Amino acid sequence: MTIALVDYDQALATYEPVLGLEVHVELNTKSKMFCGCSTDFGAEPNTHTCPVCLGLPGSLPVINRRAVEAAIRIGLALNCSIAPWCRMARKNYFYPDMTKDYQISQYDEPIAFDGYLDVEVDGEAFRIEIERAHMEEDAGKLMHMGGAGRIQGADYSLLDYNRAGTPLIEIVTKVVPGTGAKAPQVAKAYVAALRDIVRALGVSDGRMEQGSLRCDANISLRPIGSQVLGIRSETKNINSLRSIEGALHYEIRRQAAILDDGGRVKQETRHWNEAGYTSDGRSKETAEDYRYFPEPDLAPIAASPMWVEELRATLPEMPAARRKRLVAQWGFTELELRDVLGADALDLIDETVAAGASPQSARKWWVGELSRRAKEANVDLDRVGVTPQQVAQVQALVDAGTVNDKLARQIFDFVIAGEGTPAQIAQKHGLAVVSDDGALSAAIDRAMAANPDVVEKIRDGKLQAAGALIGAVMREMRGQADAARVRELILEKLS
Amino acid sequence: MSGLVLQTAADLAGLIAAGEVSAHEVVAAHFERIAQVEPQVQAFLALDEERALAAADRVDAKLAAGEKLGPLAGVPLGLKDIFTYQGLPCTVGSRILEGWHPPYDATVVKRLLDADLIIVGKVNMDEFAMGSSTESSAYKVTHNPWNLDYIPGGSSGGSAAALAAFEVALSVGTDTGGSIRQPAAVNSLVGVKPTYGSNSRFGVVAMASSLDVPGPFGRTVLDAALLHEAISGYDPMDSTSLNLPIPPVAQAARSGEIKGYRIGVVKELGGEGYAPGVLQRFNESLALLESAGAEIAEISCPHFTYALGAYYLIMPSEVSSNLARFDAMRYGIRVGDDGKRSAEEVMNLTRGAGFGAEVKRRVIIGTYALSAGYYDAYYGSALKVRTLIQQDFDAAFAKVDVLVSPTSPTTAWKIGERLDDPLAMYKADLCTIPANLAGICAASIPVGLSSENGLPVGFQIMAPAMADDRLYRVGAALERGVADAFGGPVLNQLIGSPAWDALSAQAVAARFPNIILGLAENLS
Amino acid sequence: MALSPDDVARLARLARIDLSQAELEHLAPQLDVILESVAEVSKVAADDVKPTSHAIEIANVFREDEVRPSFTAQQALSGAPVKESGRFRVPQILQEDE
Repeated sequence: MTIALVDYDQALATYEPVLGLEVHVELNTKSKMFCGCSTDFGAEPNTHTCPVCLGLPGSLPVINRRAVEAAIRIGLALNCSIAPWCRMARKNYFYPDMTKDYQISQYDEPIAFDGYLDVEVDGEAFRIEIERAHMEEDAGKLMHMGGAGRIQGADYSLLDYNRAGTPLIEIVTKVVPGTGAKAPQVAKAYVAALRDIVRALGVSDGRMEQGSLRCDANISLRPIGSQVLGIRSETKNINSLRSIEGALHYEIRRQAAILDDGGRVKQETRHWNEAGYTSDGRSKETAEDYRYFPEPDLAPIAASPMWVEELRATLPEMPAARRKRLVAQWGFTELELRDVLGADALDLIDETVAAGASPQSARKWWVGELSRRAKEANVDLDRVGVTPQQVAQVQALVDAGTVNDKLARQIFDFVIAGEGTPAQIAQKHGLAVVSDDGALSAAIDRAMAANPDVVEKIRDGKLQAAGALIGAVMREMRGQADAARVRELILEKLS
Repeated sequence: MSGLVLQTAADLAGLIAAGEVSAHEVVAAHFERIAQVEPQVQAFLALDEERALAAADRVDAKLAAGEKLGPLAGVPLGLKDIFTYQGLPCTVGSRILEGWHPPYDATVVKRLLDADLIIVGKVNMDEFAMGSSTESSAYKVTHNPWNLDYIPGGSSGGSAAALAAFEVALSVGTDTGGSIRQPAAVNSLVGVKPTYGSNSRFGVVAMASSLDVPGPFGRTVLDAALLHEAISGYDPMDSTSLNLPIPPVAQAARSGEIKGYRIGVVKELGGEGYAPGVLQRFNESLALLESAGAEIAEISCPHFTYALGAYYLIMPSEVSSNLARFDAMRYGIRVGDDGKRSAEEVMNLTRGAGFGAEVKRRVIIGTYALSAGYYDAYYGSALKVRTLIQQDFDAAFAKVDVLVSPTSPTTAWKIGERLDDPLAMYKADLCTIPANLAGICAASIPVGLSSENGLPVGFQIMAPAMADDRLYRVGAALERGVADAFGGPVLNQLIGSPAWDALSAQAVAARFPNIILGLAENLS
Repeated sequence: MALSPDDVARLARLARIDLSQAELEHLAPQLDVILESVAEVSKVAADDVKPTSHAIEIANVFREDEVRPSFTAQQALSGAPVKESGRFRVPQILQEDE
């Protein structure tokens, strides 16, 4: 993309970013929002359809109770008020992936509204105000044929309506000012927190890369000190936490460049490209006319206080509270906690500990070695290719003295390559430290014979010189020796 | 022509159950009648003789096996082309759905088949049920058996004409603003719009979701009641379906006892703009009811004057959304797909070519009424008027058991007369619309012919939601009074008349007594 | 408020209906008459009147979250104007929408 960008810090010196986030959560109900068709992925095209989700003439929707309960529980988890009475509404627009050419959604009567979610970035707390959470249905999937499979320049398109009618909860924030240079991190932290909440509630798997959690990120810039909101862009197609940060970082630099030239930011939807930039989408200069009206085919939803309280009682411990508890339990320092959150490793560490590893060792692997690998592969940490159970198994080998950290890192290579359990891999590739003193002492004798001067130094009390001998022994053992034991043996021999 | 076709549905079922005639003979006789008069009446869009006769044979087999069947088993019926029924195309009278074969059955159809009724075919209707004359059908103009130059009413005009021409013994229609009652009135039939939500809309191609309801047509009050019981009831596939027991309508139709019944005449539905011939029959009917023991009072429903306006905002608004799905992508015709045009262009061309003038009018009005900046003034205001009309009904039903009015301000008009005058066409539903806006039940009962033009006049009865039995009780009383007054059902005046000869080659006055028998049965 | 043929054209675009100029000019006055006659509703629609969107007042009509049998691909595609590899084939889509 050959487009002028302003240096990030320079942009933030002149402008204040204002965020707005829309997150779509795909619920994991067994059946669709308005019919009994399965929501499972991967079926033959159009075999999870019926008169209702195909929008056939004469068909009528019936609301899935579990989807409503999920919406209310999400609302409660986000500290929202729950509407005592609300209706579904029709959002009218023509598009081939929408079988009725209107979407059943909610308009001015969302089931949940006026909530908030607190997030933390580098130890600084931010409160994200939630405007609303409402229920709606998903659309079918388009496949563009010709024109390199992109919508632009395609010859025609193919439609699979298996996904049509899958329940969605759309969660919309109020405008979020005051995050300054941390805006991209705050957005990422907010979406991560939302994802943790829907997972904790068990209402969605919250997998961004699979589209079960989708984020549209709005951002506008205004001169620092100004109270007037600038014109915003809305970036869609963001399918990972890293991309949220990247997209907003890029948009801040792009919009700053436009404003610096005295230009006007176009109100439009933009698309995030994994290559690291956002590209022009559809202009939203002319607002669409969706002609919303109450859905006459569906009865209103009246959430009685009793029902709401029953659902409130089913709420699990919220991620923020859980975080505090775990960290106290694990005895992490503030700094360690920041790294853990920054790496989005809390759940992974928890599962690793549950699988038998010590909190510190689990933290060390996930925040260190494995985070490094995730960065290199440009994937979120939970997609790095190693499970918490496997990390625990590797750590068990370390604790047993069977392998050292160096060998453990090699084992991870093979685990990611899918060669089996850590134990099998250690076996297969003979990755084990030599603990047989006989073999070690022979190697030590050879090393001492080869380095008489070093031996002298040690005898004179310069114990640190032993490092040279240890190194020589480790080299001979190709790393598969317990350095501590080697040192012990050397000192025994020379005492 | 076999006299079987002149029997009431109740009597046909009785003869079949008693083994005096086979269902096969009955169905065959009706197809013979169809062959004879259909070229003149033009009521059907599709006939299903093979399956109908097979179904009749199954009924005969069940009876032979000693099975006890429903009260309408083996009776031939006409199905409005708005219901999905696998095996027959479903066009809804529109070009845009030409050749569409629905892959599922409407709930009403399932119930008809479960009750062993015989679906003879699908009958004509105004396109997407939009009209009061069946002229907006994309396929054919249906003629009024009482005078082939006149409209059969609409939108369920095919259902009514086929029944009045004795091509079927019963038929099913849908009523959104009068689409059952007005055709019933102009063909001298009993037509009932049940309480909204008491008859499933699943498988009924939607016109206006908050107003549509399927309902029965019969040549007698009892026939309509028996069909009403066969198709009504809770349906979990329809979220607006009422989970309540259906009132005992057949029992009410058999009783017809209205001593002490309080009947309210709606002040606002009469007077100026109403044909003298219609008002004359209406007033005679009031006298008949009074002599049957009812108390007549005048009731004012001040907001009914705004009903037509509210209806022509709410209905088109829902129409504009309900008809969006006909976009040439998944079913129906596709126009202009030359491999170069975009989906949007193909949608525009298909809808431009596939929809008729009346549908376009309503879709555009609805689009306007819902569009930003106009919602409150139009759709929003209409919803408030709807509340006021419900309040009028509540107040009225606190004073009386039923409300009555003419079914329509005039009798049938000449084919083509109001085609390009939408407002004149809309006024035909002036009296029927309030019931749809309020969701209550209403019926039209034949009360004779207008002295002006010899065409049938209908009498509308309205009752509170889920008090449908009152319609049948008062309807039966009126049916008796009228029969006594005319020495037989009004339809008998068709049989043997010049219109009757125009309808069919052979005169059949010989079979005339059968229908009297049918009526006598009702009286007992 | 008088509806011009241009207004009707705008509404027809919104409703995805291709109308000829002749149709536009024929429809505009008709729609105008209709709209005038229905506009009267705003006269009685006072602020204190609550709107009624559903004819009969019921609430909380739900189904349980159970999977029911679906169509076969052949049933689902039975009405398709054009199909290809188990999917509905539709003309090229120009601009991305919601």
